[in-house]
Amino acid sequence: MAVHNALTSWRDTWARAWDSDLVYHFRCTPTAWVALAVALACLLGALLAPWIAPHNPFDPASLQLSDALLPPAWSDGGQLRYLLGTDDQGRDIVSALLYGSRISLLVGLASVLLSALLGVSLGLLSGFVGGAVDSLVMRICDVMLSFPAILVALLISGVGRALFPNADDSLAFGVLILSITLTGWVQYARTVRGATLVERNKEYVQAARITGVGSLSIMRRHILPNVLGPVLVLATIQVATAIITEATLSFLGVGAPPTSPSLGTLIRIGNDFLFSGEWWITVFPGAMLMLISLSINLLGDWLRDALNPRLQ
Amino acid sequence: MLVFMLRRMFQATLVMLVVALIAFMLFQYVGDPVLFMLGQDATPEKVRELRQELGLDQPFIVQFGHFVLNALQGDFGLSLRQGAKVSTLIAERLPATLELAVCAAVIALCVGIPMGVFAALRPRHVMTRVFMTLSLLGVSLPTFLIGILLILVFAVWLGWLPSFGRGQVVQWGTWSTGLLTRDGWLHLLLPALTLAIFQLTLIMRLVRAEMLEVLRTDFIKFARARGLPERTIHYGHALRNTLVPVITITGLQLGSLIAFAIITETVFQWPGMGLLFIQAVSHADIPVMAAYLCLISLIFVTINLVVDLLYLLVDPRLKEAR
Amino acid sequence: MALLEVRNLSVEFPQRRAVLKALDQVSFNIEAGEILGLVGESGAGKSLTGASIIGLLEPPGRISEGQILLGGARIDDLSPEQMRHVRGKRIGAIFQDPLTSLNPLLSVGYQLTQTIQAHLPLSAQQAWQRAVQLLQDTGIPAAAERMTNYPHQFSGGMRQRVVIALALAAEPELIIADEPTTALDVSIQAQIIELLKRLCRQRGAAVMLITHDMGVIAEACDRVGVMYAGRLVEVGAVQQVIHAAHHPYSRGLMASIPSTDVTRERLHQIPGSMPRLTAIPSGCAFHPRCERVSPRCLAERPVLTPSDATLTHHPVACWHPLHANHALSAEDSA
Repeated sequence: MAVHNALTSWRDTWARAWDSDLVYHFRCTPTAWVALAVALACLLGALLAPWIAPHNPFDPASLQLSDALLPPAWSDGGQLRYLLGTDDQGRDIVSALLYGSRISLLVGLASVLLSALLGVSLGLLSGFVGGAVDSLVMRICDVMLSFPAILVALLISGVGRALFPNADDSLAFGVLILSITLTGWVQYARTVRGATLVERNKEYVQAARITGVGSLSIMRRHILPNVLGPVLVLATIQVATAIITEATLSFLGVGAPPTSPSLGTLIRIGNDFLFSGEWWITVFPGAMLMLISLSINLLGDWLRDALNPRLQ
Repeated sequence: MLVFMLRRMFQATLVMLVVALIAFMLFQYVGDPVLFMLGQDATPEKVRELRQELGLDQPFIVQFGHFVLNALQGDFGLSLRQGAKVSTLIAERLPATLELAVCAAVIALCVGIPMGVFAALRPRHVMTRVFMTLSLLGVSLPTFLIGILLILVFAVWLGWLPSFGRGQVVQWGTWSTGLLTRDGWLHLLLPALTLAIFQLTLIMRLVRAEMLEVLRTDFIKFARARGLPERTIHYGHALRNTLVPVITITGLQLGSLIAFAIITETVFQWPGMGLLFIQAVSHADIPVMAAYLCLISLIFVTINLVVDLLYLLVDPRLKEAR
Repeated sequence: MALLEVRNLSVEFPQRRAVLKALDQVSFNIEAGEILGLVGESGAGKSLTGASIIGLLEPPGRISEGQILLGGARIDDLSPEQMRHVRGKRIGAIFQDPLTSLNPLLSVGYQLTQTIQAHLPLSAQQAWQRAVQLLQDTGIPAAAERMTNYPHQFSGGMRQRVVIALALAAEPELIIADEPTTALDVSIQAQIIELLKRLCRQRGAAVMLITHDMGVIAEACDRVGVMYAGRLVEVGAVQQVIHAAHHPYSRGLMASIPSTDVTRERLHQIPGSMPRLTAIPSGCAFHPRCERVSPRCLAERPVLTPSDATLTHHPVACWHPLHANHALSAEDSA
């Protein structure tokens, strides 16, 4: 009997969710379908890279220089086992794409997570506590927003290099993620602060304060849930931005190290070969990068429209 | 209004001081400031002399003061990598970057604004769909990839345009310009386009969004109710009201163009400040980084001030303020 | 022939789950020069009626049936360009918030002359003089100097006068005033209503005054129509409707206005609330809240029966209309 009730209530919840405005909107927008499919495909490919990649491009022992600079399989000289060709060190492009996306996605997601954490906490704090803390945080936000992210990221990278000239790979990644995190948190802080200010003055919050509920508790249980909508939209779009920033930094030579190249690094490597005709080393990673960021941007756009009450 | 301007200038000075502080910290604590001033090949006597002169045991404020004084005169020491004076290096490269940035800004504005207006006024037109899709591409593609694609198509496959450097330049005193030669223009085209595309899509989307917002307002409804012709409503009212906030945001974007030039200059090997900065970052060349930071902040702050002034002139509601 | 005839006007809003009927078979006339009030709660459809008449119905809303005739000719089926000529020149409109009705970046004089020149073949000089005249007529002192002022430099009441001047600029025959005093201070409201009345009488323009404020209706209107849930339930001479309404809803409305000359213990209240457009009751939309309800009220929708020209019987949509001396309830006679 209890099982039956549980099943019915699950079915009802699912039916309601399926019929809700958000999902309905999704069902009506074919681009959202495509975007989601592509994004998921890329994500899966990246996650499962070690298992589905035909070769391991980062294991020096498995590389054969004699296979270097092979064109894609459909041109003359191409081989079927290197479907999209190889680069100057004999690395298979397909595998490099999969592993490279992995790194791009990992760095992107990690930095967004960190900057969201940082930004949301600072925003909550700033909005809730107010006063001098608020002014300080907002001043910092203003200054940081007036500088383009790439500049800040480059500066942090440069300083990192100066401070740790003999850094190994993991430190390089740490600096990379840190620099992207520090450029992204500001948007969250501002949005969350705005929403916190609105909620703070509402009666239920004042009631909670009077009855002695601790500030942290109020922030976590009352204000945070109301603020998550815009944060979600922001996070989605920021993932694409973070991936592009990472690619740019890697392309400029100050991002992912050449031993674990991300898509940006691959493009940089390929750039040197454009004029000699080996276009595939750059174009395929470029196409992959574009697919990932385009699909995430589309999802973010759709999410923003779907959650925007005015457009209903 | 005077009070407003004074207040803004005070804020600007404050920001510059903070930036100078950061640059100073870089200078002092990330590496050896004496070496920065004298270069790697300085003799031990000179090093001692300068250490005393700089008074590195003096209080923080005094050292900071020295730094600011030097900075105001443009003296940031010597580049670690190239041994030349940082100020000379930057002065050499500045014209290239400025020309590139201004050209890109002009393209972005002249194409972006009309596209945005069109997209707002004719939302169901096929060209609008095309623009919006292209704009999504423009936002999703990193600048360097756009640059590479352009090089691939126009330089490698079609061979129409050069992809490297500035071409022929004409020297006018301290300013070298590529705008006076055909070769210079050919070289300028692809980089300017690359730099412009991202800004262009942003401007287009912004103008479209603002205009759609304005078209929903009550005064537009009232203008319609008065029977004003559509053309008057769209251009005389809606466009005018759209452009006011667009001016501010665009002005600020222009500042970031100069920073984005870093990427474009790398792709096209354009001999500007951006390329200099990248090389400095890869080699941990702190004096150059510090100098670039201060210069960029100065440019930003100046642009901000100019934009504020423009806003004051254009919006009648602000003219009265205080 | 009436200046404005609205016949069986229905407006729908196609939505995801259903089609909402926001206006249902609304019919009334406005004679030249008269002031008709349109009263009802928020959401009853008053503003929609005004918007449909002037052709500014926002999509996805659309007119699904009915006709609107101005001076005998249909205007609901005109092309956008033709309708544009009607707007301003023959039908003018005034909206609620004078601050947002004016473009903040343009001077008042510019907005006036622009409107004048859009409809009348006058030179810039002539348009300017006419604009100054209009400002003077609406009671703005030092009109000529204030032509170069911007909207934010006027107070709320002054701004609404400018709005009225703008609406009258091309000498329309009908003005639709949608809550013209709601956003103003109480002390200014009376002035603005007085101004509107005077100017329209002078120019012979008719007015459709949309409001939820019965005081304004009593002050300014010749006739008044009562709307409920998208339907017109009663329309008649103002004094008749106020003192001897036939429809139970109208009676309830009039009775719930607090008055200082009758002693009562509680404010009269109509139980329940106006139904949402997604759940309009069958038959008479008011039946769930009506004391006089009968099975017929649930089954058949009452139609506005046309006036039979006797003084105390004006059109009403009810199966059991109240007569002149009927008391509303026990409370009333307390």
